[in-house]
Amino acid sequence: MAGILKRLLSMFFRNLFKKKKHVKLGLYGPPNGGKTTLANKICKDWLGEEMGAVSNISHETREIQIKEEITIKSNSRELTFNLVDTPGIATKIDYEEFIKEGLKEKEAKTRAKEATKGVIDAIKWLDDMDAVIVVLDASKDPYTQVNITIIGNLEARDIPVLLIGNKIDLKKADIKKVQSAFPQYEVIGISAKYGNNLEDFYEYLFKITT
Amino acid sequence: MLTLQFIPYVEIEGLDSIKRINKILKLVKDEKIVLLEGKLKSHEEAELISKTMEEVDGKFKGIELSVINPESTDTKDIWQKLRTLFIKLLLGNREGFTIIGPATIIKEIKKDPEKIQLFTEDSHKKR
Repeated sequence: MAGILKRLLSMFFRNLFKKKKHVKLGLYGPPNGGKTTLANKICKDWLGEEMGAVSNISHETREIQIKEEITIKSNSRELTFNLVDTPGIATKIDYEEFIKEGLKEKEAKTRAKEATKGVIDAIKWLDDMDAVIVVLDASKDPYTQVNITIIGNLEARDIPVLLIGNKIDLKKADIKKVQSAFPQYEVIGISAKYGNNLEDFYEYLFKITT
Repeated sequence: MLTLQFIPYVEIEGLDSIKRINKILKLVKDEKIVLLEGKLKSHEEAELISKTMEEVDGKFKGIELSVINPESTDTKDIWQKLRTLFIKLLLGNREGFTIIGPATIIKEIKKDPEKIQLFTEDSHKKR
Protein backbone atom coordinates (compact mmCIF):
# COMPACT_ATOMS: atom_id res chain seq x y z
CA MET A 1 0.00 0.00 0.00
CA ALA A 2 2.80 2.40 1.00
CA GLY A 3 4.63 1.50 -2.23
CA ILE A 4 1.59 2.37 -4.34
CA LEU A 5 1.21 5.68 -2.51
CA LYS A 6 4.88 6.51 -3.07
CA ARG A 7 4.59 5.71 -6.79
CA LEU A 8 1.45 7.86 -7.10
CA LEU A 9 3.21 10.69 -5.27
CA SER A 10 6.18 10.36 -7.56
CA MET A 11 3.97 10.43 -10.68
CA PHE A 12 2.12 13.46 -9.36
CA PHE A 13 5.37 15.36 -8.74
CA ARG A 14 6.70 14.49 -12.19
CA ASN A 15 3.56 15.76 -13.91
CA LEU A 16 3.41 18.82 -11.72
CA PHE A 17 6.94 19.99 -12.45
CA LYS A 18 6.55 19.24 -16.16
CA LYS A 19 3.31 21.18 -16.59
CA LYS A 20 3.86 24.26 -14.41
CA LYS A 21 6.53 26.83 -15.06
CA HIS A 22 6.56 28.42 -11.61
CA VAL A 23 6.00 25.66 -9.12
CA LYS A 24 5.63 26.93 -5.57
CA LEU A 25 7.59 24.68 -3.24
CA GLY A 26 6.66 25.52 0.36
CA LEU A 27 8.59 24.92 3.56
CA TYR A 28 6.22 24.16 6.42
CA GLY A 29 6.55 22.93 9.97
CA PRO A 30 6.51 23.90 13.62
CA PRO A 31 8.73 26.79 14.85
CA ASN A 32 12.47 26.13 15.16
CA GLY A 33 12.44 23.00 13.03
CA GLY A 34 15.01 24.53 10.67
CA LYS A 35 12.89 25.67 7.72
CA THR A 36 14.83 28.88 7.15
CA THR A 37 18.16 27.12 7.71
CA LEU A 38 17.19 24.65 4.96
CA ALA A 39 15.93 27.50 2.72
CA ASN A 40 19.24 29.31 3.24
CA LYS A 41 21.19 26.17 2.42
CA ILE A 42 19.22 25.59 -0.80
CA CYS A 43 19.58 29.26 -1.82
CA LYS A 44 23.28 29.35 -0.93
CA ASP A 45 23.92 26.13 -2.88
CA TRP A 46 22.08 27.22 -6.04
CA LEU A 47 21.83 31.03 -5.99
CA GLY A 48 24.90 31.91 -3.94
CA GLU A 49 22.90 33.99 -1.45
CA GLU A 50 20.86 33.32 1.69
CA MET A 51 17.13 33.75 2.11
CA GLY A 52 16.45 34.92 5.67
CA ALA A 53 17.73 35.34 9.20
CA VAL A 54 17.85 32.40 11.60
CA SER A 55 17.84 32.49 15.40
CA ASN A 56 17.67 30.25 18.45
CA ILE A 57 14.69 32.29 19.63
CA SER A 58 11.55 30.77 18.16
CA HIS A 59 9.38 32.53 15.57
CA GLU A 60 12.32 34.27 13.87
CA THR A 61 10.50 33.97 10.53
CA ARG A 62 7.25 35.87 10.95
CA GLU A 63 6.52 36.72 7.33
CA ILE A 64 6.24 34.63 4.18
CA GLN A 65 9.53 34.80 2.24
CA ILE A 66 9.87 33.84 -1.41
CA LYS A 67 12.93 33.16 -3.57
CA GLU A 68 11.99 32.88 -7.20
CA GLU A 69 13.44 30.76 -9.99
CA ILE A 70 15.73 28.46 -8.09
CA THR A 71 17.22 25.96 -10.50
CA ILE A 72 18.94 22.93 -9.09
CA LYS A 73 21.11 20.82 -11.39
CA SER A 74 22.62 17.38 -11.28
CA ASN A 75 24.36 15.78 -14.28
CA SER A 76 22.07 16.72 -17.17
CA ARG A 77 18.99 17.15 -14.99
CA GLU A 78 17.41 20.49 -14.03
CA LEU A 79 14.62 21.44 -11.68
CA THR A 80 13.22 24.98 -11.29
CA PHE A 81 10.89 26.19 -8.54
CA ASN A 82 9.93 29.19 -6.40
CA LEU A 83 10.83 28.49 -2.79
CA VAL A 84 8.36 29.75 -0.17
CA ASP A 85 9.59 29.86 3.43
CA THR A 86 6.72 30.14 5.91
CA PRO A 87 6.52 31.08 9.60
CA GLY A 88 6.35 28.13 12.00
CA ILE A 89 2.85 26.95 12.82
CA ALA A 90 2.03 26.89 16.53
CA THR A 91 -1.09 26.67 18.67
CA LYS A 92 0.23 29.00 21.38
CA ILE A 93 2.41 32.08 21.52
CA ASP A 94 3.46 33.58 24.83
CA TYR A 95 5.43 36.82 24.82
CA GLU A 96 6.79 35.91 28.27
CA GLU A 97 8.66 32.99 26.69
CA PHE A 98 10.50 35.49 24.46
CA ILE A 99 11.43 37.53 27.56
CA LYS A 100 12.89 34.34 29.10
CA GLU A 101 14.90 33.91 25.91
CA GLY A 102 16.43 37.38 26.36
CA LEU A 103 14.14 39.89 24.67
CA LYS A 104 12.91 43.08 26.31
CA GLU A 105 9.18 43.25 27.12
CA LYS A 106 8.30 45.60 24.27
CA GLU A 107 10.28 43.56 21.74
CA ALA A 108 8.74 40.34 23.07
CA LYS A 109 5.19 41.68 22.73
CA THR A 110 5.85 42.89 19.18
CA ARG A 111 7.41 39.55 18.26
CA ALA A 112 4.40 37.69 19.71
CA LYS A 113 1.95 39.85 17.76
CA GLU A 114 3.89 39.39 14.52
CA ALA A 115 4.23 35.67 15.18
CA THR A 116 0.45 35.20 15.55
CA LYS A 117 -0.06 36.97 12.22
CA GLY A 118 2.67 34.78 10.70
CA VAL A 119 0.86 31.60 11.74
CA ILE A 120 -2.39 32.88 10.21
CA ASP A 121 -0.58 33.77 6.96
CA ALA A 122 1.18 30.39 6.79
CA ILE A 123 -2.17 28.61 7.08
CA LYS A 124 -3.73 30.90 4.43
CA TRP A 125 -0.86 30.14 2.03
CA LEU A 126 -1.44 26.39 2.23
CA ASP A 127 -3.93 26.67 -0.64
CA ASP A 128 -1.31 28.32 -2.89
CA MET A 129 1.31 25.60 -2.62
CA ASP A 130 2.02 23.11 -5.40
CA ALA A 131 4.22 20.92 -3.23
CA VAL A 132 5.45 21.15 0.35
CA ILE A 133 8.54 20.11 2.26
CA VAL A 134 7.53 19.56 5.88
CA VAL A 135 10.55 20.20 8.09
CA LEU A 136 10.49 18.53 11.51
CA ASP A 137 13.11 18.64 14.24
CA ALA A 138 14.18 14.97 14.44
CA SER A 139 15.30 15.45 18.05
CA LYS A 140 11.79 16.37 19.17
CA ASP A 141 8.58 14.40 19.69
CA PRO A 142 7.01 13.94 16.22
CA TYR A 143 3.56 13.01 17.59
CA THR A 144 2.39 16.61 18.06
CA GLN A 145 -0.99 17.75 16.84
CA VAL A 146 0.60 20.64 14.92
CA ASN A 147 2.59 18.15 12.81
CA ILE A 148 -0.48 15.99 12.29
CA THR A 149 -2.64 19.01 11.43
CA ILE A 150 -0.14 20.35 8.87
CA ILE A 151 0.22 16.98 7.14
CA GLY A 152 -3.54 16.30 7.37
CA ASN A 153 -4.30 19.62 5.71
CA LEU A 154 -1.81 18.98 2.90
CA GLU A 155 -3.27 15.52 2.31
CA ALA A 156 -6.82 16.94 2.31
CA ARG A 157 -5.75 19.46 -0.35
CA ASP A 158 -3.94 16.78 -2.38
CA ILE A 159 -0.67 18.68 -2.08
CA PRO A 160 2.37 16.37 -2.40
CA VAL A 161 4.51 16.21 0.73
CA LEU A 162 8.21 15.60 1.30
CA LEU A 163 8.97 14.87 4.94
CA ILE A 164 12.32 15.99 6.31
CA GLY A 165 13.72 15.03 9.71
CA ASN A 166 16.17 17.86 10.35
CA LYS A 167 18.95 18.25 12.94
CA ILE A 168 20.32 14.70 12.58
CA ASP A 169 23.60 16.14 13.90
CA LEU A 170 22.03 16.26 17.38
CA LYS A 171 22.49 13.24 19.68
CA LYS A 172 18.78 13.12 20.51
CA ALA A 173 17.75 12.96 16.84
CA ASP A 174 15.68 9.88 16.09
CA ILE A 175 14.71 9.49 12.42
CA LYS A 176 13.12 6.10 13.08
CA LYS A 177 10.68 7.73 15.48
CA VAL A 178 9.72 10.35 12.87
CA GLN A 179 9.34 7.58 10.30
CA SER A 180 7.11 5.53 12.61
CA ALA A 181 4.93 8.57 13.30
CA PHE A 182 4.34 9.08 9.57
CA PRO A 183 4.71 5.65 7.97
CA GLN A 184 2.98 6.79 4.77
CA TYR A 185 6.01 8.97 3.89
CA GLU A 186 9.66 8.32 3.22
CA VAL A 187 11.46 10.50 5.77
CA ILE A 188 14.79 12.00 4.69
CA GLY A 189 17.13 12.76 7.59
CA ILE A 190 19.32 15.83 7.12
CA SER A 191 21.24 18.49 8.98
CA ALA A 192 20.47 21.73 7.17
CA LYS A 193 22.93 23.55 9.45
CA TYR A 194 25.93 21.40 8.54
CA GLY A 195 24.74 20.26 5.11
CA ASN A 196 24.64 16.58 6.13
CA ASN A 197 22.78 14.32 3.73
CA LEU A 198 21.68 17.24 1.53
CA GLU A 199 22.74 15.16 -1.49
CA ASP A 200 20.04 12.62 -0.57
CA PHE A 201 17.52 15.43 -0.19
CA TYR A 202 18.32 16.88 -3.65
CA GLU A 203 18.44 13.41 -5.14
CA TYR A 204 15.01 12.68 -3.69
CA LEU A 205 13.69 15.92 -5.21
CA PHE A 206 15.07 14.83 -8.59
CA LYS A 207 13.91 11.25 -8.20
CA ILE A 208 10.32 12.27 -7.80
CA THR A 209 10.32 15.00 -10.42
CA THR A 210 12.29 13.65 -13.37
CA MET B 1 -9.47 24.11 39.98
CA LEU B 2 -9.53 22.35 36.62
CA THR B 3 -12.83 22.13 34.76
CA LEU B 4 -13.26 19.43 32.18
CA GLN B 5 -16.17 20.04 29.81
CA PHE B 6 -17.41 17.12 27.75
CA ILE B 7 -18.97 17.90 24.38
CA PRO B 8 -20.80 14.93 22.88
CA TYR B 9 -20.69 14.64 19.10
CA VAL B 10 -24.45 15.34 18.83
CA GLU B 11 -23.81 18.84 20.21
CA ILE B 12 -21.59 19.84 17.27
CA GLU B 13 -23.02 17.54 14.59
CA GLY B 14 -25.48 20.14 13.25
CA LEU B 15 -23.12 23.11 13.53
CA ASP B 16 -21.12 24.51 10.63
CA SER B 17 -17.33 24.74 10.97
CA ILE B 18 -17.29 28.35 12.19
CA LYS B 19 -19.88 27.69 14.90
CA ARG B 20 -18.03 24.53 16.02
CA ILE B 21 -14.78 26.44 16.35
CA ASN B 22 -16.39 29.39 18.12
CA LYS B 23 -18.11 27.06 20.59
CA ILE B 24 -14.84 25.29 21.45
CA LEU B 25 -12.81 28.48 21.63
CA LYS B 26 -15.34 30.19 23.90
CA LEU B 27 -15.11 27.33 26.42
CA VAL B 28 -11.31 27.25 26.24
CA LYS B 29 -11.13 31.02 26.77
CA ASP B 30 -13.28 30.46 29.88
CA GLU B 31 -10.35 28.30 31.09
CA LYS B 32 -12.12 24.98 30.57
CA ILE B 33 -10.49 21.86 29.17
CA VAL B 34 -12.72 20.57 26.40
CA LEU B 35 -13.11 16.86 25.81
CA LEU B 36 -14.79 16.55 22.45
CA GLU B 37 -16.29 13.27 21.27
CA GLY B 38 -14.93 12.63 17.78
CA LYS B 39 -12.60 14.94 15.93
CA LEU B 40 -12.61 18.06 13.85
CA LYS B 41 -11.95 17.92 10.11
CA SER B 42 -8.38 18.80 9.17
CA HIS B 43 -9.41 22.18 7.72
CA GLU B 44 -11.33 22.87 10.95
CA GLU B 45 -8.21 22.12 13.00
CA ALA B 46 -6.27 24.62 10.85
CA GLU B 47 -9.08 27.15 11.20
CA LEU B 48 -9.11 26.61 14.97
CA ILE B 49 -5.39 27.43 15.07
CA SER B 50 -5.96 30.58 12.94
CA LYS B 51 -8.87 31.74 15.13
CA THR B 52 -6.81 31.04 18.23
CA MET B 53 -3.98 33.19 16.88
CA GLU B 54 -6.43 36.04 16.25
CA GLU B 55 -7.49 35.86 19.91
CA VAL B 56 -4.00 35.68 21.46
CA ASP B 57 -3.26 38.62 23.75
CA GLY B 58 -1.48 39.27 27.04
CA LYS B 59 -3.94 37.03 28.92
CA PHE B 60 -4.92 34.34 26.42
CA LYS B 61 -1.75 32.58 25.22
CA GLY B 62 -3.33 30.04 22.90
CA ILE B 63 -4.31 26.40 23.13
CA GLU B 64 -2.96 22.90 23.44
CA LEU B 65 -4.79 20.25 21.49
CA SER B 66 -4.51 16.59 20.77
CA VAL B 67 -6.59 13.93 19.08
CA ILE B 68 -6.84 10.40 20.41
CA ASN B 69 -7.59 8.46 17.30
CA PRO B 70 -8.23 4.72 17.30
CA GLU B 71 -7.56 4.69 13.53
CA SER B 72 -3.89 5.47 14.18
CA THR B 73 -3.44 1.88 15.38
CA ASP B 74 -3.33 1.22 11.62
CA THR B 75 -5.35 -1.95 11.40
CA LYS B 76 -4.68 -4.13 8.40
CA ASP B 77 -7.99 -5.97 8.80
CA ILE B 78 -10.03 -5.03 5.72
CA TRP B 79 -13.35 -5.87 7.48
CA GLN B 80 -12.41 -3.65 10.41
CA LYS B 81 -11.62 -0.84 7.94
CA LEU B 82 -14.94 -1.33 6.13
CA ARG B 83 -16.81 -1.41 9.44
CA THR B 84 -15.16 1.86 10.51
CA LEU B 85 -15.99 3.45 7.15
CA PHE B 86 -19.61 2.30 7.40
CA ILE B 87 -20.00 3.64 10.95
CA LYS B 88 -18.43 6.94 9.82
CA LEU B 89 -20.89 7.25 6.92
CA LEU B 90 -23.81 6.37 9.14
CA LEU B 91 -23.02 8.27 12.32
CA GLY B 92 -20.46 10.89 11.32
CA ASN B 93 -16.83 11.21 12.39
CA ARG B 94 -17.36 10.48 16.07
CA GLU B 95 -14.48 8.05 16.52
CA GLY B 96 -11.84 9.06 19.01
CA PHE B 97 -11.62 12.12 21.25
CA THR B 98 -10.17 15.59 20.94
CA ILE B 99 -8.71 17.38 23.93
CA ILE B 100 -8.42 21.15 23.70
CA GLY B 101 -7.35 23.33 26.59
CA PRO B 102 -5.94 26.76 27.32
CA ALA B 103 -2.15 26.94 27.05
CA THR B 104 -2.04 28.77 30.39
CA ILE B 105 -3.34 25.60 32.09
CA ILE B 106 -2.09 22.76 29.86
CA LYS B 107 1.62 23.20 29.28
CA GLU B 108 2.14 20.15 27.12
CA ILE B 109 0.32 17.18 25.71
CA LYS B 110 2.50 14.16 25.07
CA LYS B 111 1.13 11.46 22.86
CA ASP B 112 2.29 8.22 21.43
CA PRO B 113 0.03 5.75 19.65
CA GLU B 114 -0.92 4.04 22.93
CA LYS B 115 -1.38 6.79 25.52
CA ILE B 116 -1.81 10.49 26.09
CA GLN B 117 -0.42 12.62 28.94
CA LEU B 118 -1.47 16.12 29.92
CA PHE B 119 1.06 18.24 31.76
CA THR B 120 -0.37 21.17 33.68
CA GLU B 121 1.61 24.13 35.06
CA ASP B 122 2.50 22.31 38.33
CA SER B 123 3.39 18.94 36.79
CA HIS B 124 5.57 20.73 34.26
CA LYS B 125 7.59 22.41 37.03
CA LYS B 126 8.11 19.08 38.82
CA ARG B 127 9.54 17.37 35.70
